[in-house]
Amino acid sequence: MQTIDLEVDGLRHLNATLHAQAQETNQTAWEVINPRGSHAIACGLDAPIEVSVKGSTGYYCAGMNKQATVHVHGSAGPGVAENMMSGTVVIEGDASQYAGATGQGGTLVIKGNASSRCGISMKGIDIVVHGNVGHMSAFMAQSGNLVVCGDAGDALGDSIYEARLFVRGSVKSLGADCIEKEMRPEHMEILADLLERGGCDAKPEEFKRYGSARKLYNFNIDNAY
Amino acid sequence: MCGIVGLFLKDKSLEPKLGAMLTDMLITMTDRGPDSAGIAVYGDGSGSTGKLTIQSDAAAGVFDGLDNHLSEILDAAVAIKVKDTHAVLELPVDKIEPARAALAEMPGNIRVMSVGDIIEIYKEVGLPKDVAARFDLAQMSGSHGIGHTRMATESAVTTMGAHPFNTGPDQCLVHNGSLSNHNSLRRKLRREGVRIETENDSEVAAAYLTWKMQNGATLGEALEDSLDDLDGFFTFVVGTKDGFGVVRDPIACKPAVMAETDAYVAFGSEYRALVNLPNIDDARVWEPEPATVYFWNH
Repeated sequence: MQTIDLEVDGLRHLNATLHAQAQETNQTAWEVINPRGSHAIACGLDAPIEVSVKGSTGYYCAGMNKQATVHVHGSAGPGVAENMMSGTVVIEGDASQYAGATGQGGTLVIKGNASSRCGISMKGIDIVVHGNVGHMSAFMAQSGNLVVCGDAGDALGDSIYEARLFVRGSVKSLGADCIEKEMRPEHMEILADLLERGGCDAKPEEFKRYGSARKLYNFNIDNAY
Repeated sequence: MCGIVGLFLKDKSLEPKLGAMLTDMLITMTDRGPDSAGIAVYGDGSGSTGKLTIQSDAAAGVFDGLDNHLSEILDAAVAIKVKDTHAVLELPVDKIEPARAALAEMPGNIRVMSVGDIIEIYKEVGLPKDVAARFDLAQMSGSHGIGHTRMATESAVTTMGAHPFNTGPDQCLVHNGSLSNHNSLRRKLRREGVRIETENDSEVAAAYLTWKMQNGATLGEALEDSLDDLDGFFTFVVGTKDGFGVVRDPIACKPAVMAETDAYVAFGSEYRALVNLPNIDDARVWEPEPATVYFWNH
């Protein structure tokens, strides 16, 4: 286990050191202490390493992540795991707005609540939230899965494309063109796998599925150029 | 962008450290707002006198002997405490408006920063650490205070455009965001007789709350009404003589984090502004909900 003290070593040293890890590195376990809400912690990683952050983080923690596992033992500020490509990001506490925004792959697990715009414009990422999500979550979501074990705020899935949304609790309101859909066996299977990966003991049959009604302008072939 | 910090103390033993804690929080928010900085502190009051905090770019010449000069004009005792470009005048409450009128006639372009029984506002253009040092903010004590670091969008980078804004006795407001209906609302409020001194959008929000409270609303009710009447992006933190309030617009894209312990309620635009507060690891930390009013009273 290598330890980097952010107070002593600084953010550039932390990220440069983590970026320097090769695919076959033997130094696979990293610990970051004294994060104190700093921005861009463990951003842009691209190696199969495990990074454990001991405390709460600021903007864009684990942004653009590839391959790495980043575990935040605290809460995360805005834009955690934004544009993630692969790998896993786990937040023990809450996540601020636009968690997992534009994520193209990998798994984001938030054990507390996520605030507004969780999974906005998601493009293939899987997001599992143990608590609630705020308003405008999965806005313009294109693909991937958002699992919410608690409640969802206003305008869930507004202008959604092909992403799947699973919510166990209440949905305050659905956004434009987002509707409840039938839970077929294949969805139960997908959800069971997501819940297991997210370390969540909820049962798939407790959830409802939401997705696109495909009625907006761009879904009509007569509007194509 | 802009950075906001706020601290409302429940534990009186922390009051001598209010300025030090707020200054540390303010400087942490420098990269959210390096244009200007300001702080409102609710400190002691004698009960019989009020405080008028004024500013002049030509402070040295203007403030020298100002207490005696005003005392003669007003026929009342006036005390002055000069801090860099600012000075706090203590005088009988009923002499505050005549004093403002007299100051407006004097040379030196004297501007009023705040009026009230206990509030003092210090704000200037420059980096937060420099502004804090000029006014020795870290030495101030008080029961609650609000600070702001500004990245200007809606009006010029000037002392008068810096936050906090004081538009009624012991009231202040800081704002992160931008309002889109401030011009029409400013005209309306001016017609109602509300004093608005700048072209800044945030001052209009402050004046709006003052106007609501003058017409009988509580701070909480005024903040609720602001959700209907103000158009734009905002996270507001407001102070009154004994209260501290927070509200975010329904979109809530301007960040906000709060922390509460038995000793204090704290606000920061980001969590990193709060990390040096006592027992922060045991505090309840949360993000204020959109379109939801929070306030605390002593």
